[in-house]
Amino acid sequence: MIHFVVHEESDGVGVVVVEGIKAGQHLAGWIMEDDKDVEVVARNDIPIGHKVALRDYREGDTVIKYGVDIGKVVKPIAKGEHVHVHNLKTKRW
Amino acid sequence: MNLSNATFWGYKRENGRIGVRNHVIILPVDDLSNAAAQAVEHNVKGTIALPHPYGRLQFGADLELHFRTLIGTGSNPNVAAVVVIGIEEGWTGRVVEGIKKTGKPVVGFGIELHGDHDTIMRASRAAREFVQSASELRREERPLKDLWVSTKCGESDTTSGCGANPTVGNAFDKIYPHGVTLVFGETTELTGGEHLVAARCRNEEVKKKFQFVFDRYQEVINRHKTSDLSESQPTKGNIAGGLTTIEEKALGNIQKIGRKCMVDGVLDKAEAPTHPGLWFMDSSSAAAEMVTLCAAAGYVVHFFPTGQGNVIGNPILPVIKLCANPRTVRTMSEHIDVDVSGLLRKELTPDQAGDKLLECMFRTANGRLTAAEALGHREFVLTRLYESA
Repeated sequence: MIHFVVHEESDGVGVVVVEGIKAGQHLAGWIMEDDKDVEVVARNDIPIGHKVALRDYREGDTVIKYGVDIGKVVKPIAKGEHVHVHNLKTKRW
Repeated sequence: MNLSNATFWGYKRENGRIGVRNHVIILPVDDLSNAAAQAVEHNVKGTIALPHPYGRLQFGADLELHFRTLIGTGSNPNVAAVVVIGIEEGWTGRVVEGIKKTGKPVVGFGIELHGDHDTIMRASRAAREFVQSASELRREERPLKDLWVSTKCGESDTTSGCGANPTVGNAFDKIYPHGVTLVFGETTELTGGEHLVAARCRNEEVKKKFQFVFDRYQEVINRHKTSDLSESQPTKGNIAGGLTTIEEKALGNIQKIGRKCMVDGVLDKAEAPTHPGLWFMDSSSAAAEMVTLCAAAGYVVHFFPTGQGNVIGNPILPVIKLCANPRTVRTMSEHIDVDVSGLLRKELTPDQAGDKLLECMFRTANGRLTAAEALGHREFVLTRLYESA
């Protein structure tokens, strides 16, 4: 079963694609670009469509998704944590 | 899917363009004429009125866009004939003359000096004749290249970028080499991925034009924004679906243009393309505005990927919805034409998903009603550039 998908191997976040992910759950991921497997343990409950961190981030770090910059970290993020508007912001507007 | 001899069944119009619907529309020039237009729609079965809130005291580029959108909508090959109604005869005549260039039946009525009753009666007589004539037109078999296909996504979430949008990209990559005329847009929604679109432009001239309209729209945002565009771009719905930043949304959005097609030209809002290929239209990212502009530019079928479940339709342009979010497919199934959620479970390959969408495109072009058509979604939303005088 695939719990989350990752666009490219260099991406630091994955997208949860099933409902009801709970903190502590072992998640199986699929890197679409290379058809590889990846795993992470969820540190929060994460809704479907929301992102899970695949590495630790410090404040000011850049998050990569699709192999491209999608914004800056505004609060430290640990691997397995929920990544969203509370800890990631745009660099543009 | 082998597309080399692919055909669809469409209506050949007087100017040679091919439509996939056969609408008779009652087109108000302005807000004041909506009541009469809707009365005609009620009187004559098989007509569609296109009420809207604008058309008075507009000027300059904003007025030109208004006329271009109305004339383009009437000229769209999905429309067999048009009854135009305006408060006065001058601007009504301008819309009629614009549509008349296509050679299709069109007639206009001004309300002043007549009143609603007399106008509705005369317009209803014309509409009845148009509907009966249109009902005798027959579809003919046409090559794939005669199809004009537009795309715009809405209420996107992260599954749009993983599933539904790449499916449109896969379909675009497959039909592009066959000489189909394609378009995408949503200028602000490329923010963070604009360099990727620029790199796909056919030549320096197209790239320069693209960069110009992109930078112009950024200035609009910067001039009017408060702190940022939080909850607007990305929308509240996008954020609920897991999209965090405009960059992330843009990178998902850009999946719609596939990996192989080149950007062959740049269009102004509601401007008709002049040759086949993939066009970029400078446009709002608001769903109904963008789809209305595509219809006005002459597109006849629309691909609309959604994540959280945008329910949009258009009065004359069939909107095919596809979705990869299993929750949306489950909870909003009546709105989804193509379910590609299997992509995220490895049950469907991108190639199979693209074929599934193309199969739906051919069936829709041949006459199958989309979910939005069956549900009566007729969002007709005119883009405004600035205040009226």
